[in-house]
Amino acid sequence: MKARAFSYARPTTVVEALQTFAASGDDASYIAGGQSLVPALALRLQAPQVLIDIAHIPELRGIALQDGWLRIGALTRHCETLSDPLIARHAPLFHDAAPYVAHPAIRNKGTLGGSIALADPASEFPAMALAMGVELEIANLSGSRRVPADEYFIDLFQTAIEPGELLTAIHVPVVQPSHRWAFDELARRRGDYAIVGSGILADMRDELVAQIRLVLFGVGNTPVRAKRAEDALRGRQLDQSAIVAAQAALSDDLAPPDDEHTPAAMRIHLARVLLGRLLGRIAEVA
Amino acid sequence: MSDALTSLDRPNSYIGRSVPRPNAKRLLAGRGRYITDIVLPRMLHVAFVRSPHAHARIVGIDAEDARKMPGVRLIATGADLAKVCKPWVGTLDHFKGMKSTPQLPLPLDKVVYAGQAVVAVVADTRALAEDAAEAVLVEYEELPAVIDIDAARTPGTPVISPELGDNICFHGKIDTGDIDTIFAGAAHVVEEEFHFGRHTAVTMEPRAIVADFDPNEMRLTAHHATQTPYQFQDIYARHFGIPEANVRVVAPDIGGSFGMKLHVYHEDMATVGLSMLLGRPVKYVADRIESFVTDIHARDHRVRARMALDSEGTIIAMDVDDVTAVGPFSAYPRTSVVEGNQVFRLIGTPYRFQNYRADLQVVFQNKVQMSQYRAVGHPIAFAVTERLVDMAAARTGLDPVEIRSRNLIPDDAYPCAAPTGYKFESLSHHACLARLRELMDYDRLRAEQAELRRRNIYRGIGIASFVEISNPGPAFYGVGGARISSQDGAVITITPSGDVRCAISVTELGQGTETIVGQIVGEHLGVDRERIKVITGDTENTPHGGAVWACRGAGIGGETALRAARKLKENVISLAGSILQEQPDRLDVRAGWIVDAASGRQRIELAEIARIAYFRSDTLPPGTQAQLTVAQHFAPQGFPFAFTNGIQASHVEVDVETGFVKILKHWVVEDCGRVINPLLVDEQMRGGVVQGLGAAFFEECVYDDNGQLTNGSLADYLVPMAGEMPDIEIAHVETPTLDTELGAKGCGEAGTAASPAAALNAVNDAIAPFAASIAQLPMTPSRILKALGRI
Ligand SMILES: Cc1cc2nc3c(=O)[nH]c(=O)nc-3n(C[C@H](O)[C@H](O)[C@H](O)COP(=O)(O)OP(=O)(O)OC[C@H]3O[C@@H](n4cnc5c(N)ncnc54)[C@H](O)[C@@H]3O)c2cc1C
Repeated sequence: MKARAFSYARPTTVVEALQTFAASGDDASYIAGGQSLVPALALRLQAPQVLIDIAHIPELRGIALQDGWLRIGALTRHCETLSDPLIARHAPLFHDAAPYVAHPAIRNKGTLGGSIALADPASEFPAMALAMGVELEIANLSGSRRVPADEYFIDLFQTAIEPGELLTAIHVPVVQPSHRWAFDELARRRGDYAIVGSGILADMRDELVAQIRLVLFGVGNTPVRAKRAEDALRGRQLDQSAIVAAQAALSDDLAPPDDEHTPAAMRIHLARVLLGRLLGRIAEVA
Repeated sequence: MSDALTSLDRPNSYIGRSVPRPNAKRLLAGRGRYITDIVLPRMLHVAFVRSPHAHARIVGIDAEDARKMPGVRLIATGADLAKVCKPWVGTLDHFKGMKSTPQLPLPLDKVVYAGQAVVAVVADTRALAEDAAEAVLVEYEELPAVIDIDAARTPGTPVISPELGDNICFHGKIDTGDIDTIFAGAAHVVEEEFHFGRHTAVTMEPRAIVADFDPNEMRLTAHHATQTPYQFQDIYARHFGIPEANVRVVAPDIGGSFGMKLHVYHEDMATVGLSMLLGRPVKYVADRIESFVTDIHARDHRVRARMALDSEGTIIAMDVDDVTAVGPFSAYPRTSVVEGNQVFRLIGTPYRFQNYRADLQVVFQNKVQMSQYRAVGHPIAFAVTERLVDMAAARTGLDPVEIRSRNLIPDDAYPCAAPTGYKFESLSHHACLARLRELMDYDRLRAEQAELRRRNIYRGIGIASFVEISNPGPAFYGVGGARISSQDGAVITITPSGDVRCAISVTELGQGTETIVGQIVGEHLGVDRERIKVITGDTENTPHGGAVWACRGAGIGGETALRAARKLKENVISLAGSILQEQPDRLDVRAGWIVDAASGRQRIELAEIARIAYFRSDTLPPGTQAQLTVAQHFAPQGFPFAFTNGIQASHVEVDVETGFVKILKHWVVEDCGRVINPLLVDEQMRGGVVQGLGAAFFEECVYDDNGQLTNGSLADYLVPMAGEMPDIEIAHVETPTLDTELGAKGCGEAGTAASPAAALNAVNDAIAPFAASIAQLPMTPSRILKALGRI
């Protein structure tokens, strides 16, 4: 379990990082917190010629409010999503999910950008990004663009980030007074990737569900928006019958993986239980 | 601490005291010296090319390109290593009819489990060795893999080792007679089929060895992460043809072993062979992935069992059928039959009944070898027994405490024997049961359980009695022909400054052996424990002995230390008598002083005696030869094993919608005889319970149909973590063994022995309102949901 030899670069600007990647003939990897990449290198699942350490690029840091959006720099570490007051207030699902992401030592190193760039389907932050409807700021040598979360997750470990591109920031539309949200997950042990997890952001007007983003993770190749379950709730009161309808709709939304230990039927069952509990929580405060 | 004076308030009264480990601070400060810290001049590193197949013929090996890679010093195959190493066979004579195939460091023509090492690549660094290993090409012809526990016995299944004739390693039977008649006439019969998954030790420090062979003197030094240095000294000497006196095995700081590090592994033997081929030190440290695919696994049993009771709820008989699959061959030198043997001999042993029939089949399959791991056989034996007892309680309408109190062997019935042949000197099941009941506030918990059920909260209470085998005599391995010692040896010296060195054959793996040996020597010699240095883990510096396994460090090693200390004290007193012109029986040693035995008045310091003995022997009376070093060996006699006993309880809450279990609390009341250090005994209990709860809820080596381990990493194989573990409350009942002066028995395996049983009963108790039941470990959420009919 020793990584293959690689060379190491430490750029200090985004442009320098992008150029270094281009110069490597595409045989390079960016490294941020290293909490997913380093194990992959050790297992020789990845063996790039060049490791480009982006952890020393100031442009990738910082958390600031801009025109109704919270811009969170890609290098923001997991532990900061837990402690930062702006995130707690304006991007609450990142804050609520953070304690469930790995363990303190890993949260001290792992970055929000790294997690969302990697897009592990069982990860909390990518799913919460989808639930909050964030926009991902992605840079390449010809400029920068913002991709809505709904268009960002493509397939297993595959996102709108093209080879060589950098995720520079996450833009979160700040939550409004009419918003309600809830997060929870079912993991065998605290800190593990969840069997099933969910984050919900609902816009409640006059006790009715005006808008809702209902995201599940651990149930497919990407975090999944349960759109049929959303349809079952939109415009309705969050009462028991609406919740049951949303739970029933889930089997149309999800096609989870099937293995002996967690059969697909179990994931759907657990997703329903979790959804019921989270909607119940939202209904209580709504 | 109470104010009243107790026997602990005498000077140097260490036995029974919670003294902290002297080595804890050093280890905490990062000053431990584990194998991986050892760097020798000219040392090389080995990496192995491993089989991707569970069963295949090796057609060809092409290492041409690899040989030319940077830093590569040697690439060796099975044939190369066979030239320096004689094969080993993991059988013991007292398991009549058992069979297994000869093993070599690397296979000659066939691989029998996925991950088996095939080619060794030695290079300047481990990274370079891994680079070159990737370039070695091995061509295989795949053979059908035998995976299923039943497949191994089904006619027509491919035979893994045709030379053995079939896939059966061992078949054992116990039958006290008339079982069918007894069951036919019983008022109640309960039965169940149990499944126990494979799991593995997951020590913090993986397996590791630095083998350093010097051809000039035919001398081998193996720095080896093992719990049994003497066993390996013997094995290296015999299998590599080196005189025993030239083989030194050093076990420095060990990061956990739990039985896993006392077996012979192919990679370790290969590393020794490579050092011989190269005449240079070679290091092998397993990485975590290698640990999962090559460390021994344990358990893997399918047990069908039934219990017969009379109308009063008295157990009258048990009938058991156990099948266990142990991998493609039997482990060496302790074999892979011991676990099954203990399962079918321990079942039912806390109880009075005397009618018993059991059938044990040990079968081969294409998975990694299985062998002894903490609490060998016990967790299975007691999960089966205790679950059936709870089922019998439900059937007869008796409370689980009541049915146990009716059936446990009475505390005044000893000595007695189990129908399986085990002999008990003196146990305390009823005292433990009574203590547990009060410790856990059983009646209140039952009331709370009933109350919470009305609110759809499902809690369960599970109880499990157990016995534990400890202080094994030669009946364990020696009689079967294994060169594994049941005795231990100690050498104690008083240094010229009056300090004490105790070199002893029992070993320190983090469990506190050195601490208790220091306590015992301090108490029986009469010196402060701070002045005692305990030396372990080096065959060159300590006498031959069994070291630690099966719970023997305190019971046998401790007794050895006690007797050595007493002998040395006699010498000291006799010498002091000469110097002081006093009758020795009027003298004693306390806190490093020779004192007047009656009044305690200090006469002369031990350091002064030592100074005179070592530097001014001219002042001693003529003919006096001071003996400030003594050697002592001790082998257990009397009962073949010193059984301990105890009882555990588990309190859980099952989320019946998700199948998730919250473990609320765990209790242990145990009787390991004389408690030398309550702190360390409690640590052993807690650590053992956690390993047992791991087996009950989390840990399982999952293989697919092709014999691939599918969860061989710490991300996928779930070890129990602090967050999921409950508070564990412990109480002691002390019934010292009379076979030794110390009176100590083992305590290292008791926690693991019955915590799975208690947990199994607790979960079943929780889901009983749904008429659901579960009989498979680990009890994962999916299995619980299936039991509840929710998926
Ligand atoms: C024991 C353990 C438990 C864990 N448990 C969890 C868990 O429960 N939930 C969870 O979500 N995660 C978990 N993780 C993963 C952890 O959260 C990672 O830190 C995170 O997924 C990746 O962040 P990083 O900064 O460490 O990325 P790195 O490991 O440095 O990089 C990961 C990948 O993303 C790419 N990358 C990184 N930053 C960027 C960027 N700005 N732009 C483009 N590409 C980029 C890298 O090239 C690499 O391919 C766990 C990790 C460990 C070691």
